[in-house]
Amino acid sequence: MREDQTMSKFSLITKGLVKENPVFVLVLGMCPTLATTTSAMNGLMMGLATTFVLILSNIVISLIAPRVPDKVRIPVYIVVIATFVTVLQLLMQAYLPSVYETLGLFIPLIVVNCIVLGRAEAFANKNTMGDSALDGIGIGLGFTLALTVIGLVREILGSGSIFGLKFIEGDGILAFVMAPGAFIALGYLMVLFNKFVAKK
Amino acid sequence: MEYILIIISAIFVNNILLSQFLGICPFLGVSNKLNTAVGMSGAVCFVITLATVVTYLINQYVLVPFGLTFLQTISFILVIAALVQMVEIVLKKISPSLYQALGIFLPLITTNCAVLGVAINVVSKEFSFGGEAHMLNLGEATVYALATALGYGLAMCLFAGIREHLSMNDVPKPFKGLPIALITAGIMAMAFLGFSGIV
Repeated sequence: MREDQTMSKFSLITKGLVKENPVFVLVLGMCPTLATTTSAMNGLMMGLATTFVLILSNIVISLIAPRVPDKVRIPVYIVVIATFVTVLQLLMQAYLPSVYETLGLFIPLIVVNCIVLGRAEAFANKNTMGDSALDGIGIGLGFTLALTVIGLVREILGSGSIFGLKFIEGDGILAFVMAPGAFIALGYLMVLFNKFVAKK
Repeated sequence: MEYILIIISAIFVNNILLSQFLGICPFLGVSNKLNTAVGMSGAVCFVITLATVVTYLINQYVLVPFGLTFLQTISFILVIAALVQMVEIVLKKISPSLYQALGIFLPLITTNCAVLGVAINVVSKEFSFGGEAHMLNLGEATVYALATALGYGLAMCLFAGIREHLSMNDVPKPFKGLPIALITAGIMAMAFLGFSGIV
């Protein structure tokens, strides 16, 4: 019994990585996925920022959900999420101004990221606080992993570097750090994911 | 002259979908059929323009004078949600047929990041169209929002047209559905890249 419970807690964290990966399987949060993955570092930072909001909003929503009338639940959830996004904005402006500058608009846009509201609606409002926090960590890490992988691919092809360390001279295939490369890289990564991981 | 530059830049050069990546969810979600895509872009056009004007005024006359700009995100999203609700009620009364046609898309627009994105961009970024970089005034902001929304509609309808044809073709299994749509969008974005340098 005991072991069973620890197993299920563990699976709450791991399911977000592959089985319910928010980007490759659920296809949520496409805007930041495409826009901020110009390098592996940017993708990683964006993923961590979203994870921060996701965990905290999941915890608060799981606590207040039983008291919120059904009709107004979506506006209430959005206000909770927007509050944590504002906290994140102020923290990043204070401690990581350069990262905040690069990610720009996409930090306030975490408010309308479907992953955050989706988890509130699908998980946090009917589970305990602990489970919701773990779910936030799991889905957040899955999102971070996906963004980092896409960022890594685009950075290698587009500017010939890994996490900022250059391994070729001059430029890479510039299209990959620009807009078209985002769509194409994500498209082909999804093909690989379908073929080898999901075995479709 | 400047208005023309704003319009061309917002529709073609900095297309909101294909170069700014705002509002991708409905772009991939409802672009299977051309007529739903037209309905969705119509609704989005309307809400983006209205929301930008309202949030611009709120920012200018409430948030800035009282030093509350840190509340931008939270107040804008509430305004947008209220606005969408209001548009829904008004439309139901005035034009039931249009309301029927847009039906499910209207409430979804609240969480469309294109709306919040344009609203935040307009009040926080400096734009330069040929001349010096400056903050937009109300007239320019309105034109910018409308043109951006038209760009959204253009990209969405073109993409839906392509996808309608794509669905009839024999696509390799792992490419089926979203991956091939993304690659198509990438090629479209490459075509739109050709506009850069006009403004």
